[in-house]
Amino acid sequence: MNPESAGLRVSDQNGVTRVEFIEQNILDEANIQQIGDALGEIVDAQDTPRLLISFRDVAHLSSAALGALITVSNRVKSKDGELHLSDIDPKILEIFQITRLDRLFQIHDTTAEGLSAFA
Amino acid sequence: MAPNGMNPSDEDAEVSLVGETILQHGDTAGLKAFEAAFFDALKKSKYDEGQIFAVRLAMEEAIANGFRHGNEGDPRKTVKITHAISPSDLQVSIEDEGSGFDPEAVPDPTEDENLEIPSGRGLMLMRAYMTEVNVIPPGNRIEMRFQRNV
Repeated sequence: MNPESAGLRVSDQNGVTRVEFIEQNILDEANIQQIGDALGEIVDAQDTPRLLISFRDVAHLSSAALGALITVSNRVKSKDGELHLSDIDPKILEIFQITRLDRLFQIHDTTAEGLSAFA
Repeated sequence: MAPNGMNPSDEDAEVSLVGETILQHGDTAGLKAFEAAFFDALKKSKYDEGQIFAVRLAMEEAIANGFRHGNEGDPRKTVKITHAISPSDLQVSIEDEGSGFDPEAVPDPTEDENLEIPSGRGLMLMRAYMTEVNVIPPGNRIEMRFQRNV
């Protein structure tokens, strides 16, 4: 799965894989499946994954998208890696808080803060 | 084709304040067109950005649940949306062709032991963002209401 065709922009920043979403809305089930697959491949390709997912331009997401993120988180944990999230719009952050997933994920205000949080 | 005359595949379609729309499985363009017209109708009824965000989230969850869990991905089955928009509240019913589910049987996704389970958050999000959510037995229809503070 090519990350771009799944709607992801992927770059390497000092040993951290930074992922951004190209689309504003992460709602379409088929697209979420593709995003999950692409993120899964990124994690599988690294011995100890170090992943920062930025939500800079994301305006809407669904519980299926949260599910895909949880699956990625579980895979990262199983490889003793690190996953951080950043740049989450307040309305989207509220979804994380309602579902209490703000306890599962390490969430940072900005990309810079997210990058500096890696061990 | 909906009885109120909206064709979901028509991107310029308008949604009446009261109406019924039938969505076909996998018709992403139809779903997007319906939603665009529906949220435009809310905007015209002076619903603000935060209110539309809340309604959108709940409706996305209900429709996705209908196709995925209710209809179990069966491409021959549909999801029917009935709505009534007024300046003071929105009522919407979302019905699939499945055999239903027991909302009491859905584990609380916010419990520590369930946090890492990837599914089961749709219903709780609907309840968090709408004023009222009722799962109508046998569980293949969800009726939701959003009360505006006007």
